[in-house]
Amino acid sequence: MRDLAIIGGGPAGLAAAVAARDAGVEDILILEREKELGGILNQCIHNGFGLHTFHEELTGPEYAARYMDEVFQRNIPYRLSTTVVDLRREGEGLAITSVSREEGLVETQARAVILAMGCRERPRGALNIPGTRPAGIFSAGTAQRLVNLEGYLPGRRVVILGSGDIGLIMARRMTLEGAKVLCVAELQPYSGGLKRNIVQCLDDYGIPLLLSHTVVDIQGRERVEGVTIAQVDDAFRPIPGTERDYACDTLLLSVGLLPENELSKAVGVELAPVTGGPQVNESLETNIPGVFACGNVLHVHDLVDYVSEEAAQAGRNAARFLRGESGGTGRDIPLVPAGAVRYTVPGAIDPARMEAETVVRFRVGRNMRGALVTVTASGKELLRRKRPVMAPGEMEQIVLKKEWFSGAETELTVEAQEEKEGV
Amino acid sequence: MAVIELTCISCPLGCPLKVETDENGAVTCVSGNTCKRGEAYGKKEVTAPTRTVTSTVRLEEGEAPVVSVRTRTDIPKEKIFAVMEEIGRASAKAPVKIGDVVVADIAGTGVDLIVTKNSPARRHQT
Repeated sequence: MRDLAIIGGGPAGLAAAVAARDAGVEDILILEREKELGGILNQCIHNGFGLHTFHEELTGPEYAARYMDEVFQRNIPYRLSTTVVDLRREGEGLAITSVSREEGLVETQARAVILAMGCRERPRGALNIPGTRPAGIFSAGTAQRLVNLEGYLPGRRVVILGSGDIGLIMARRMTLEGAKVLCVAELQPYSGGLKRNIVQCLDDYGIPLLLSHTVVDIQGRERVEGVTIAQVDDAFRPIPGTERDYACDTLLLSVGLLPENELSKAVGVELAPVTGGPQVNESLETNIPGVFACGNVLHVHDLVDYVSEEAAQAGRNAARFLRGESGGTGRDIPLVPAGAVRYTVPGAIDPARMEAETVVRFRVGRNMRGALVTVTASGKELLRRKRPVMAPGEMEQIVLKKEWFSGAETELTVEAQEEKEGV
Repeated sequence: MAVIELTCISCPLGCPLKVETDENGAVTCVSGNTCKRGEAYGKKEVTAPTRTVTSTVRLEEGEAPVVSVRTRTDIPKEKIFAVMEEIGRASAKAPVKIGDVVVADIAGTGVDLIVTKNSPARRHQT
């Protein structure tokens, strides 16, 4: 039986492996389904990664290489082109079934597992767009892979639905490669993408961003020949008379990311309804003892730097679990989101078990100016932070200190609200 | 004389900026910003905007068909398409390492185009 298996060799898996080894775990195995480590960073060839961690702007592959080097230096074993197809509890530990072309079906036993499978793009099927089913409709990430890793340009006249960051990045990328990007349509009245990407990917190239617009029809039998875009009302219903046709051969979808938790479900991990990722405590441990989660499989991040930080935390806590040091009081205090806060990760903490400090990450559900974030326990305010601006597209974090807790708390409320006048 | 409207990207606030210039293109006034960084951004964006260009080039004899590249530092914004044209003609020979120069002084910018990924050569069938 191995000590620790890590499912996924992207940024989360790599950082978790390095931290677990540095915390004393000798016997680690990383399982990666692609033919190289690095995960999604390999196709994110644009720059802007690593400002927090390395204080310089790296491209995705460069950021991945930094962590791959750390893994190589520590001689941490990994298997490539190996897809995990099942995860279950067995005896005192966990059993992993993986499949690879070279080795066929392989069974691995481990005392602890870190889930680092990342996320998947929301597909066309989840959108209910009417129209035909021709070729030429890609998720933005698929187009990114085709252009940046495989060297193909998937189309020449492009409409993009959804203004997520990958869609914005691909608007620029396709333009630079000689395609004409006609517009980006966004259902919401605001973009979920980073300001920087709207300026440098759309404004720089004169690509219009149509807020409160959506695709209402797709034309073409074999290949996309055009799409119809209409404005929507407050209830996201298309407004008759606002339809406009765009002749194009390609439609890219950038309409959200979903944590990929099939394996988590297989082993019985409880998922949180808002994030779609596992319900975890302050150690990033799920309801299944010895199963930890980090990165985009836990909740979708916007900065890889925070993925690396979170994954390192999972790695350290897996090491403590393996040393038998993670027994807490057995009584977790739930974190309750309030006001504009949609969710928190972790969803509960055990002050007896937590490290000296625990980062709590969360998102708000609306754009706010002059916001106030508070953490209260049974009416007592533990933390109060002002934020000039908060947005759904930007993950927030606060730090809880072990010394603040007596252990008698029954509930922690994490709230964000507009600051009241004169207070 | 012109008034140019921009969105500041120095922080998540995203202030809408108005940058006024005189007949020589020199900045006379930046408004709409809430901090000094906004003023600096507005001036630079109007007088000397720069960008880092990232793309891919063909990888000869590589395991992968292409490899990712970038300009080592940012380049003048108006040179982006000239740089892309040279990138379209360029290729690298595997194996390559991060930092290898693919095109020196690309498009007369004085900036090198460098590889951003370690990429091995194709293994020959024996």
